[in-house]
Amino acid sequence: MNKETGSAGFPGRLWKLFASVRLTVIVLLSLAVTSIVGTIIPQNQRPEAYLNEYGEFFYRILSAFDIFDMYHSWWFQFLLLILSVNVIVCSIKRFSALWKIVFVKNPFFDISKFRDFSDKEEFVDTRSPEDLKRIYVPIVSRSFGYRRIEETDNGFCVFAEKGRWTGIGVYIVHLSVILLLIGGLIGSVFGFKGFVNIPEGKTINSIRLSNTGKAQDLNFDIRCDDFSIKFYDSGAPSEYRSTLTILEQGKSVLTRDIIVNDPLRYKGINIFQSNYGELPPKDITLNFKNRITGMSNKQKVSLGQQINLSEDMGQFVVKGYRNSYDFGGHNLGKTFMGILTPDNGSPVHVIMPVRFPVFDRMRKGKLAISVEDYDRRYYTGLQVTRDPGVLVVYSGFVIMIIGCFITFFMSHQRLCVEISKSGKNSRIMVAGTANKNKLGMQSRIKKIAKNLSK
Amino acid sequence: MNSSNLLSIVTFTYALAAFLYIVSWVFKKQLPGRIATWIAIIAVIGNTGGIALRWIESYRLGIGHAPLSNMYESLVFFAWTIGVIYLVIERTYQNRIIGVLATPLAFMAIAYASLSPNISDRIQPLIPALKSNWLIAHVVTCFIGYAAFAIAFGISLIYLLKRKKTGDKDGFFNHLPDFSTLDELTHQMVTLGFLFLTIGIITGAVWANSAWGSYWSWDPKETWSLITWFVYATLLHARMMRGWEGKKLAYLSIIGFMAVMFTYFGVNFLPGLHSYGQG
Ligand code: HEM
Repeated sequence: MNKETGSAGFPGRLWKLFASVRLTVIVLLSLAVTSIVGTIIPQNQRPEAYLNEYGEFFYRILSAFDIFDMYHSWWFQFLLLILSVNVIVCSIKRFSALWKIVFVKNPFFDISKFRDFSDKEEFVDTRSPEDLKRIYVPIVSRSFGYRRIEETDNGFCVFAEKGRWTGIGVYIVHLSVILLLIGGLIGSVFGFKGFVNIPEGKTINSIRLSNTGKAQDLNFDIRCDDFSIKFYDSGAPSEYRSTLTILEQGKSVLTRDIIVNDPLRYKGINIFQSNYGELPPKDITLNFKNRITGMSNKQKVSLGQQINLSEDMGQFVVKGYRNSYDFGGHNLGKTFMGILTPDNGSPVHVIMPVRFPVFDRMRKGKLAISVEDYDRRYYTGLQVTRDPGVLVVYSGFVIMIIGCFITFFMSHQRLCVEISKSGKNSRIMVAGTANKNKLGMQSRIKKIAKNLSK
Repeated sequence: MNSSNLLSIVTFTYALAAFLYIVSWVFKKQLPGRIATWIAIIAVIGNTGGIALRWIESYRLGIGHAPLSNMYESLVFFAWTIGVIYLVIERTYQNRIIGVLATPLAFMAIAYASLSPNISDRIQPLIPALKSNWLIAHVVTCFIGYAAFAIAFGISLIYLLKRKKTGDKDGFFNHLPDFSTLDELTHQMVTLGFLFLTIGIITGAVWANSAWGSYWSWDPKETWSLITWFVYATLLHARMMRGWEGKKLAYLSIIGFMAVMFTYFGVNFLPGLHSYGQG
């Protein structure tokens, strides 16, 4: 590698570029600015939606730059790549120097530097330097890990320091950035994200992928035993719950309930409650009201089952069910559709909204048919994902928090307490530095001086 | 008294504290400043009480949950964190100047919560997606971060004003802390904010992963929090580059806070938002 040669030649210049914080600033700002685009232009819509919004011309331009899926576009990924190379090169370049500084056996202290500090504390004590040494050393040791005592011309000096290792905090942060990017990459290469709807009682063994719409086989079956919703008094939903059973070669291995925020994980595959819907009911109880005699007759039927009506009224079949039914601009809500075939006449369509039992009277037929009751059947909507990168990403998360904490709130602190004979008394100087939070260190020095002068 | 009433009183207490901080600064008098500190302490205590009371009320309604679930509650918490962090700074640095900007910010946050017609102060039950301990960790850490950034923003404004006015002898700006102290303070607030924003984004990601199975999906709110994070990461690095001194950093801190505000409010005006972003 060419790093020693500095600016000589192209590789050297490139190395220098990638080791520079200037590049970091440029890339970070570019990421910030370009990321805005994807929050203004909705991502991953269908092409027709974009054509409508922007017209043919702009649609072509924008899609040439992958603006409609910009966070996965080559140029956005390229920025992330530059960032990672930047972090890695930068860390390599500085780390060896840092290592020597951090793991030094005998740190070097320059007493004249400490004497020059403007915010040092000085006072006089009547005890002799020897007495003070016995008192001071334990006090200093209590809060500093490393200390050393050196003789000076007319007294002695206690040097102490701690937190030398905190210099590596930044590199921990940078390592975590790399882990996050690697974890994300693993997820997008080896993972998938899809969804599946399972009617109660049914079993599936494949799901549909979100990005491509293709089917993805699972190596096991999932059965939905039950789905239920609970509501608050206000009518807002409080819980969606699915009871799922995992089957291997037809044998059930595991049954568990999942709710939102509490998924089922099995063999690296995560199953989340994300959706639900109502299925066409199987059993329906219908009410046939004879509008002439006023007599009602209840009868239980299933969807598609043809029945003969009493009093020679003909035949009736429930043909279909819809969750919503538009009638002259009004939504009738859940609605059954049926066909009534009188013994001597042509078939008529019958609309039976669940919420409006009197609706069919408007038809002014002999019979008014309404839905009395039906069994509610649900399907559960599951999000199914596999992401082998999550573990790497999560360790990146942990490391990033630890690294930031070390970097921001722990510092390398150095302290010097000098005691020199001055006639019968001792003169004491307390001075110190820290590489971060200098204001905090100032008050720390004050406190230590106060402690010592007691 | 219910929590909404208590918090309305707290709103006016913050206003009074803000007023006194400003009076003390404009007329260079100590006494109003000292009173302002006490009023600010009372406001924070009342704010704490309001949050606690609201928590208790939610349990009385049988839908108990931590009061951090909607716009109103998060704004009240935002005001609280600004108040607490500010008082700590005032104590540490023995200087009231930052109160001139911090208490009005706290006031605006809580006043907006109480007065905006779009924000309901009703205690609502949690929808299933919000029933997660990660949510609480997420909201708490995000708002500690936001509050630290808000204070950094205030200090940066003071910094820029002082820069403009130096030289004019008896301006208001002469007895402000010196530049290096302001610089250091901004940096400390930015690092505090960055740590908590980082934790906030991370807990949000973990929550998303436990509710929907993906820790990151580039929805506008997530993306804007990342944009904010990029801006402050830029600031932290720019500090190390030669030629980037206080003024440029102050501008970056202001831009960063704009990004915070946009993450918080502006995102609601963008297309395609998750339901949980709405108050
Ligand atoms: C998103 C990515 C990054 C994050 C979150 C990040 C974070 C940080 C943080 C928190 C600090 C400490 C700042 C301080 O002490 O106030 C830092 C310092 C630093 N970063 Fe980064 N960084 C990132 C990318 C990079 C890259 C790509 C480079 C490559 C040049 C880089 C180079 C540095 C250097 C040289 C330091 C100073 C180290 C020292 O004090 O010796 N960073 N970074």
